[in-house]
Amino acid sequence: MSKSAKAGKTIRVNRAFGDIVEGEALVSTEGFSPRYDLDRWSGLISRPGHALEGHNIKGKILITPSAKGGIAAGWAFYDIQNKGIAPKAFVFGVTNPVMVQGAVFAGITITEGWSSSPYDQIRTGDIVRVDPGKKTLTLVRRGSQ
Amino acid sequence: MRLTAEEKKMLRGDLGGAVQEALQLQFEVGKFFGAKRFVPVSNVHMMGDIEVMGDSGKSFLERAAQSGAKCRQPTTTNARCIDFAHVEHLKQDANEARKEKELIACLRKMDVITADTCINYQTLYQPHLGEHVAWGDTGTVIYANSVFGARSNFEAGPAALAAGLTGRVPEYGFHLDEHRRGTFQVNLKADLNDLADWGTVGRIVGSGHQDYYAVPVFTGIKRSPTADELKQLGAALASYGSMGMFHMVGVTPEAPTLKAAFGGRKPKEVMTVSNRDIEKVYAGYDKQGNPLNLVVFSGPQQSLLEMKTLADLLNGRRVHPGSQLFITTSNGVKSAARELGYLQKIEASGATVLEGVCFYILQNLPQMRVREGWSNLVTNSAKLANIIGAHKFNTILRRTAECIDIACSGRDVR
Repeated sequence: MSKSAKAGKTIRVNRAFGDIVEGEALVSTEGFSPRYDLDRWSGLISRPGHALEGHNIKGKILITPSAKGGIAAGWAFYDIQNKGIAPKAFVFGVTNPVMVQGAVFAGITITEGWSSSPYDQIRTGDIVRVDPGKKTLTLVRRGSQ
Repeated sequence: MRLTAEEKKMLRGDLGGAVQEALQLQFEVGKFFGAKRFVPVSNVHMMGDIEVMGDSGKSFLERAAQSGAKCRQPTTTNARCIDFAHVEHLKQDANEARKEKELIACLRKMDVITADTCINYQTLYQPHLGEHVAWGDTGTVIYANSVFGARSNFEAGPAALAAGLTGRVPEYGFHLDEHRRGTFQVNLKADLNDLADWGTVGRIVGSGHQDYYAVPVFTGIKRSPTADELKQLGAALASYGSMGMFHMVGVTPEAPTLKAAFGGRKPKEVMTVSNRDIEKVYAGYDKQGNPLNLVVFSGPQQSLLEMKTLADLLNGRRVHPGSQLFITTSNGVKSAARELGYLQKIEASGATVLEGVCFYILQNLPQMRVREGWSNLVTNSAKLANIIGAHKFNTILRRTAECIDIACSGRDVR
């Protein structure tokens, strides 16, 4: 973790869809699949051994390096959105079409690719803003931890 | 994106609200990936079952069906979560079974062919080289791209349905030559004599390269692989690596030579998979002191040839008392297996053969696991060994005959 990262620091994303959102970051060093990793009734990351096991994605901005398998994400995102347990945004390093199709269908903000690694600058609990129009991910303020 | 006159009409709503919404979804996805235009598709395969889509997805489909929307191209369905003949036996939720039936009726109203199979490429439709299709279930997509040389991205349920309604998809990803070339080379120095060995290769290669656009090029193949072997390889690459395409030099249509497979580019990496690597994967599975009382052949569904193999292996044997053996396949394959007497041999052992479903999406599976006292799940499918983890199973990958031995003895053979 770089101690020099300050509020206002902006990372560029390569591709983006959705509304501008601001919220608490949930940062994963491991890829994500709503099919394999998520309890779709509670929003908890349920797969034993996942880097975020026990964390809840509800209302968070999920920052994750990659998408894993699973066509089912297309319906799953719509499902969790309608159950009120969806994250505000998915920020992927690399993703696959399923995640994008699912997020667009559910109306959840999604981005892919980054100009510099968010892992050096953003940690779980920080408040970040995703602006799909400007293709930016910005650290708004440090979390309390 | 450049739109044709017809696409402009669709987007304006001239062809109805469902088509308009469908094209809007496809347009946004196309924009995200930088697509310049749409391409027509000849065949669509979609995932749509109650466990995966939930009540909200069902309501969406009901609205679309009520509006009179119909698929413009042949659209088939992937495996579902309920075999209606086994709802009581598996103590599945009658209410969910009712919803699944309503969902099927709704899809049929939209002219969807509810074939409920994840092996459409073996049983329903074999696209030709260069044919654009819109398939869902990652295993079907990687098979279409790699083995047939057809062109498809992963199309999730709503996206595949959109393709069915509009008859097209945005042109990005594997519809374009640039993404179909190999990116790294895998030299196979393993014997690969069982389906599980092929899945293991998929696990090893996929785990280390979790990237949709990573395209492995396999070399060193010792003999021509069968369709079922390529099915296990592809399903595992897609499951562990989120990959949508591979080449196999001298085997798959876009890889007559190593040079052609890479399209003039140099491999980013060259890796080797040996017998030792494969054995190491098998050795890494541990029963954690719990009973081996559940064996499953599923994910993907079994082909008729696999059903014959299982019938031959089980012939005259009995599933161990207290253990359960599940096999999933399509309605078509199950019917043929019955005609041929394979099904009777399998069922005489005490095994349960489910049709139209995949094990890992079975409705009520988490509750079933607790009720039946299942902790370990033994399978010859590397894909299943990966994805069932979300339901808190400890999985053990074994070769096909070993799985049957475990089912009949309750003991690991290693």
